[in-house]
Amino acid sequence: MALSQLYETWDALSRSGTDLAWWQDFFIGFYRAFIEEDRWQQYLEGTGTTLVATALALLMGVILGVVVAVVRTAHDQQRPGRKKNPVLGAVNAIFRVYVTVIRGTPMMLQLLIWAFVVFKSRQYTLVGIFGLGINSGAYVSEIIRGGLMAVDGGQMEAGRSLGMNYFDTMRFIVIPQAIKAILPSLGNEFIILLKDTSLLSMISGQELLYFAQAVATRTYNQMFPLIGAACIYLVLVLIFTWLLGKLERRLRQSDRR
Amino acid sequence: MIDVKDLKKSFGDHQVLKGITTHIDVGEKLVIIGPSGSGKSTFLRSLNLLELPTSGTITFDGQVITDPKVDIDKVRRKMGMVFQHFNLFPNMTVQRNITLAPVRTGLMGQKEADEEALRLLRRVGLEEKAGAYPNQLSGGQKQRMAIVRAMAMRPKVMLFDEPTSALDPEMVGEVLEVMKELAEEGMTMVVVTHEMGFAREVGTRVMFMDEGVIMEENTPAELFAHPQCERLQSFLAKVL
Repeated sequence: MALSQLYETWDALSRSGTDLAWWQDFFIGFYRAFIEEDRWQQYLEGTGTTLVATALALLMGVILGVVVAVVRTAHDQQRPGRKKNPVLGAVNAIFRVYVTVIRGTPMMLQLLIWAFVVFKSRQYTLVGIFGLGINSGAYVSEIIRGGLMAVDGGQMEAGRSLGMNYFDTMRFIVIPQAIKAILPSLGNEFIILLKDTSLLSMISGQELLYFAQAVATRTYNQMFPLIGAACIYLVLVLIFTWLLGKLERRLRQSDRR
Repeated sequence: MIDVKDLKKSFGDHQVLKGITTHIDVGEKLVIIGPSGSGKSTFLRSLNLLELPTSGTITFDGQVITDPKVDIDKVRRKMGMVFQHFNLFPNMTVQRNITLAPVRTGLMGQKEADEEALRLLRRVGLEEKAGAYPNQLSGGQKQRMAIVRAMAMRPKVMLFDEPTSALDPEMVGEVLEVMKELAEEGMTMVVVTHEMGFAREVGTRVMFMDEGVIMEENTPAELFAHPQCERLQSFLAKVL
């Protein structure tokens, strides 16, 4: 193959002490980081894991976030004067502790604790995804809670006055409006989550940064693998942002006048 | 149909309703007037328990609905409510606004509800707006649609909480017209309003509230022609 011949020629020159032009050096570094021994496949695999980890953690975070937010909002919206629901009170207290602890400790530390204290499993990637999902749930719940509180109280009253129960009114009327209002902040949270999957590499989760570092170790070169990984994250975030923009425009349909 | 006994309501230390006792018959059109802060909206909202009374009882259709064991959702299905600020659901089309509750509560299937929605929309002249979103409608159209939404549940009584107060003046007429038609069909109605013309023309009884009590009530003709208490006299002098 032409590229490999070029690489070998210039590499030999470089080793024999000949000064190469900067672009020839660049080519050698690039070739080693991405092409030699088909290393690009490792980045691809890592990117795949990163995306799967993001999707799973996101799913977990959103489900957890909605549940926590709805319970906490339902608890806060209980009518004064009527007997409070004790089960709701207990679950609400648990969720408050959850949000406080997760938001009050570093994510890195949480991942280390999940991996080496709680699970002690070798399934580091899975444990990492679990840790990310738990972490994300706490933040998402606060975002959704803000959204639920921002929906005009008249919407709940209108739904209830028609004889629908609390959860139907939440599901069809309040939550869809809340989601639309919080989509930008939720999108921001998703992007943070995507980038935070790189923390998985610290507990040997095999995502993009993990492979980039592995290549860096093997080729004795940090620059190309790390900058390459950074470029891949950037492209992923750009795609994500674009998709979110499309979704937002679709949800704004009802605002047409 | 609705029997209210010594209804009291406080928000914190502030007592808004100081013992309301009244009875609303089937087919009656009760119009409640009074200065702002008089408790008339709170009274109306208590009737379907959007406000929980502090004490007193409300009996609807032979059932004491202020009893905590009552399934309030079932009761509310029989009481339509129209709000000052419409409270339409902006995230769905006009048609779905109307059909959501009848379908979710099991009153009708989707197909029947769709037909009913179109029939009701036609009656108020909004059938071509079925696929539009609420924000695309004018204020008057929104309120007519809100009335349709409440009617789709086939309620036995309709509660109106200042239905024309948030409208531009030129749109008040179209909403009152729809309410008048509803009244002529024999619907039982309780209306909180500042529209004295409507009270006089449509009401079978007018109730004047101030400071959380019923100060005076009578047929509209009597009440407007011969107000007894001084408060009502000065109130009417200001609004008429």
